[in-house]
Amino acid sequence: MAPKVVLVTGVSRFLGGNLAARFAANPDIERVLGVDTEPPPRDLLRRMGRAEFVRADIRNPLIAKVIATAGVDTVVHASVTANPAGPTGRTVMKEMNVIGTMQLLAACQKSPHLRKLVVKSTSAVYGSSARDPAVFAEGMSPKELPSSGYAKDAVEVEGYVRGFSRRRPDVDVTTLRFTNFIGPRIDTVLTRYFALPVVPTVMGYDARVQLLHSEDALAILERATMHDLPGVFNAGGEGVLLLSQAIRRAGRLTLPVPSGAVPSVGRFFRSARLVDFSPDQMRFLNWGRVVDTTLLRSEFGFTPRWTTRQAFDDYVSGRGLRPLIAPERVEAVERGLLDAAARLR
Amino acid sequence: MIPLHGADRNGQSPTRPRRPRPVPQPPAQEDPPLAVAPEPAAPEPTEWEERLGGLLDFVRRRMAGDYHVDEFGFDADLTDNVLMPPLKPLYEKWFRVETIGVHNIPTEGGALLVANHSGTLPLDATMTAFAVRSEHPGKRHLRMLGADLVFKTPVLGALARKSGQTLACNPDAERLLRSGELVGVWPEGFKGIGKPFKDRYKLQRFGRGGFVSAALNTGVPIIPVSIVGAEEIYPMIGDIKALARLFGFPYFPVTPLFPLLGPLGAIPLPSKWYIEFGEPIHTDGFGEHAADDPMLVFNLTDQVRETIQQTLYRLLTQRRNVFLG
Repeated sequence: MAPKVVLVTGVSRFLGGNLAARFAANPDIERVLGVDTEPPPRDLLRRMGRAEFVRADIRNPLIAKVIATAGVDTVVHASVTANPAGPTGRTVMKEMNVIGTMQLLAACQKSPHLRKLVVKSTSAVYGSSARDPAVFAEGMSPKELPSSGYAKDAVEVEGYVRGFSRRRPDVDVTTLRFTNFIGPRIDTVLTRYFALPVVPTVMGYDARVQLLHSEDALAILERATMHDLPGVFNAGGEGVLLLSQAIRRAGRLTLPVPSGAVPSVGRFFRSARLVDFSPDQMRFLNWGRVVDTTLLRSEFGFTPRWTTRQAFDDYVSGRGLRPLIAPERVEAVERGLLDAAARLR
Repeated sequence: MIPLHGADRNGQSPTRPRRPRPVPQPPAQEDPPLAVAPEPAAPEPTEWEERLGGLLDFVRRRMAGDYHVDEFGFDADLTDNVLMPPLKPLYEKWFRVETIGVHNIPTEGGALLVANHSGTLPLDATMTAFAVRSEHPGKRHLRMLGADLVFKTPVLGALARKSGQTLACNPDAERLLRSGELVGVWPEGFKGIGKPFKDRYKLQRFGRGGFVSAALNTGVPIIPVSIVGAEEIYPMIGDIKALARLFGFPYFPVTPLFPLLGPLGAIPLPSKWYIEFGEPIHTDGFGEHAADDPMLVFNLTDQVRETIQQTLYRLLTQRRNVFLG
């Protein structure tokens, strides 16, 4: 059954904002509420159309009043994020992720109108280590629980969501474990990372990276909202790129960093405001992570339009990343060598 | 332009057509012209030119990141063009590997190869993979299951994944078998590979039989593989426990040449090898929840273990000399 009143958290960011815009464009939905602590950028706000922006902090009990008075029947919790707002944002981010989710779920529990909850989670909850199976299915739990950072936030958020669904069995809860997003429009740690001219990697490791195009991510969140699809689903594009391969496809150079020096290099990049990698994301660079998306395709009924490789290529061309060594030059060298060989004969 | 690549160019098919004359692989690109030069210029591109074309094509593919990697991190392009070729002289000239019963490996569909483990360094696994790739009519890749220590180690772990290995755990094994891959497992693990020389060809405990339940769950045949010769490449006469603990290795081997001769000790003794692929043991007739029956799993594990042990004894009685065969 299509929802009547939808509340979306995290609308000042790409995913929440564009999701609210999609709902606003859907005539079946009577009312769309967008919540965030700061107003969305102007172009995003314009795209959101008739969606109402409510400047509220989900860490604040006020959110309960918003949900109750508007008669919200569907909540899309898209504000759990890995990208801190600024250099000091890590503590704030954790609070937003964990305390914000707690408050939001408390408000949801009180609301008699609520029928559906969609949570944007992450495949980071599976952790990333050498002792893990190559491909994670929904039923697997990590060998070692993430001890810090975004991954730990996500594990805690999922825990609260499970508690909520126990207390409100009448509410359909859909938890979506997304792989890393990529696309020409979205701005994440990874999109900044691959845009560096020289990309630092961990020496001796080559992570397997699975990506999901941001448009697919939006479509998945939209589908979860519009249909009754309770459960936990992995969401990622088909196929895998090796980190080194992705960097080559983007035409960048790799800078292998010995693992001992990785934290200090990470700090440098953070202070230079280039890429803000948290320690758990650096572990991701060692081993990467791949999830099984069989359930997404069969039970959830969605096949991502972009494979990992296509999504990455779309990002590269959409951002206009120019390879440091042009492919034409490589081909010219290849031709030249072959001609020289032919003359030698 | 001369069509240098022919069919090689479009199809990224990993199998290169067999050339009549076996030639040393890529690095020696610039030398062969001397051998070919005296011939009059033929209209056809010469063999070394074709190979140069292939090499340049490979380099361009690698630079552009234009190759396929599967979800386990297996890079067939790299494996066939870089990792496999150096094994060829080791396989053909050094160990003079002889295979028996390659026809027991199915040409398509999943199968689980279970082998004995020995030799201090896992050369037996790489040689088996090379044997399956080069001698089997299907030119199949053997996807091996490795210990977590391998994947924890920098460089080695990344290389292992690129060469098609993955962690020895049931989810990975079953996933590979379901997708119709040939999976190789060495269930003795470190107990087998790191056993003292006096225990050679004595099979160690076969783990907990996880490999049998993987085969039962996926209904693929188990092919017992017996490897003779690998025990003698680095005869382990001692184990320095303290050093092993220090480096975090499962053992620190002492062989007649190592650590006495330093890096020279890494040269394996040129023993003559036999790899016998036994008759497949079918696992698809046991019903749906067969893997939950521990007795069946134990019995099958024992059957596989006994088959390999008996084959080893038979091959050993037929062998007259460790180095000459």
